[in-house]
Amino acid sequence: MDTLQLLISGIANGCIYGLIALGFVLIYKASESVNFAQGDLMILGAFLASGLINTNQADLPFLLGLAIAGGSLAVFAYLLDALLLRRVFGQPQLTVVVLTIAIGFILRFIIGAIWGHDPVSLDSPFAGQRLTLGELSVPMIDAVIIGVTVSLVVLLWLFFARTRLGLAMQASSQNQMAAYYMGIPVKRVVSLVWAMAGVMAAIAGVMFAAKGAVEPAAGLVFGIKAFAAAVIGGLGSLPGALAGGLLIGIIEPFAGRHLPSHVAQVAPYALMLLVLILRPSGLFAQMRQKKV
Amino acid sequence: MKPRFKTSYDDDINRFQGPWHRAQYLILIALAVAAPWVLSSYYIGELSSVLVWSLAGMGLMLLIGHTGQVSLGHAAFMAIGAFTHLALMLRGWPFVPALLVATVFSGLSGALLARPILRLSGIYLAIATLALGVLVEDLAIIAEPFTGGVRGLVAPPIEIFGFHIDRHGTPRAFYYLCLSVVVLVTLAYANLLRSPTGRAFMAVRDSEISAKALGVNVTRTKTLAFALSCAITGLAGALYAHLIQAINFESFLVIISIALLLQVIVGGLGSIHGAFFGAAVMVVLPQAIAVSRDALADVGIRVAAFPGLDMAVFALIIVILMILEPRGLYGVWLRVRTWLQLFPLYRKGMFRRARSYLKTERLK
Repeated sequence: MDTLQLLISGIANGCIYGLIALGFVLIYKASESVNFAQGDLMILGAFLASGLINTNQADLPFLLGLAIAGGSLAVFAYLLDALLLRRVFGQPQLTVVVLTIAIGFILRFIIGAIWGHDPVSLDSPFAGQRLTLGELSVPMIDAVIIGVTVSLVVLLWLFFARTRLGLAMQASSQNQMAAYYMGIPVKRVVSLVWAMAGVMAAIAGVMFAAKGAVEPAAGLVFGIKAFAAAVIGGLGSLPGALAGGLLIGIIEPFAGRHLPSHVAQVAPYALMLLVLILRPSGLFAQMRQKKV
Repeated sequence: MKPRFKTSYDDDINRFQGPWHRAQYLILIALAVAAPWVLSSYYIGELSSVLVWSLAGMGLMLLIGHTGQVSLGHAAFMAIGAFTHLALMLRGWPFVPALLVATVFSGLSGALLARPILRLSGIYLAIATLALGVLVEDLAIIAEPFTGGVRGLVAPPIEIFGFHIDRHGTPRAFYYLCLSVVVLVTLAYANLLRSPTGRAFMAVRDSEISAKALGVNVTRTKTLAFALSCAITGLAGALYAHLIQAINFESFLVIISIALLLQVIVGGLGSIHGAFFGAAVMVVLPQAIAVSRDALADVGIRVAAFPGLDMAVFALIIVILMILEPRGLYGVWLRVRTWLQLFPLYRKGMFRRARSYLKTERLK
């Protein structure tokens, strides 16, 4: 029973990692660039939401606050791409990596300057509640996180498979030039993908802040961990990202229980290195070695 | 600008283009040698810091700027160099052999790690090295007998050829120690770049496929570049240990790796000058911010309440540079120099970048 509890809490954590990793993968698929500021976007979402929702702050209803935070992060991420990243389009990948790392640093500073450096947690309607199923009792928030993630993934899948915009995104991710010839406004589509990643980051941030507490500096570590998740799953694969997130989320508590503490801390990264060395393109590979 | 006529084949690979070029560097070295006699000991310390970071920057520059392989975890190799060096010195080794062994050991560990890692390319390589950078933080605690665990190690004073060198006691001597190491490494680096090996590095950077077609052994070249880069960075790490006197796992956090990468980028990829420019910015910027903070406080504006301001300003510089001049400060310097040399004939579009498209790595 204990193991099952640990497993469920791990899955809930893994869902959050998975959602951030989904943001990574969306952007990677659309523009083949990696957004190292994704973790900081998540923290921004968390602080924005806590500023709107917490009773000692703006005290808005939970869902309204969530919607505003998600919306503003979408606009923010859209503008980030439209104003900054579009300008380095076509340059080596390193350029975008460095640019997003720098943006992450600036975001972290701004968050710290506005909200301070103390950990903040979000007042959610599920705080303190527990869901009891027979002998099993899990915190309500864990159940909500798992539920939200599952429905979000289904929505995403429907969006990509059924809607015009989703198809346009798939097309421009597979071949930008061809998509452009077919009349898809590739630049705007890429910016919209960034906006979607922003929304994902906001949702992940809200769930994370409702489960525990966030602080501005957590963005880097969280980003790297979610990144490990994305890599384990294979950077080009959406289900892979989620699976990678779940894997890391599940491994962490079990390593924490059964291994010495320093070894447990490095477990996700060690796993990622192992995957990179044995299966360089991730468990759910989409990349192939380019040949002449 | 005086036109330069090439009269022998050596003109293409000579280290200096004519006597004036050589004289410029001699003047620079003379200035560097004279500097500690006019500066206070605090600024000598800052100058030594610039030299150590330039050395670390050169290590990374060799890898990113000249071989085109990205590393986001180079502080790991600084850590390997620093811990090896101090562990040996604390076991009674003299300074020079300990430094050499630390350098070679960092290079060897780099070569060992390079084999599996360098099969990856582009972004995957960056991520793998990032993971290495994170792993080393915890390894530094786990390997307690070697690294002193959480407490870390304290740098003993240096005895070399009868001289007693201490970072705080004799800052001038420590500065000269750093300066001589940096000058030697820079000379070796500049020489390497005009050798066939260095040309092979650049060929691999520009196009692996064409390098292969020209008969370059790509795997061997990349491994060598990685090993050399790690050796230089390890050497910098060993000097850094003496610079900050006490090291533990927190001295080489992953954020240092990222800062080192940003430093190299600010300086300008693909030029040795860039490593020095970047290090100068890295060390001078916090000072400049502190000075302007005091100035603003006098007028009544208080900025002291914002921790992390230096890093944010640094990041802002990066964002601006990336968009306007991706070749960093060295690129800016090139423009200024060309403008001066061609005055008044400089044209606006001379350094305009060619339009480029996304080159996909995917096939499906």
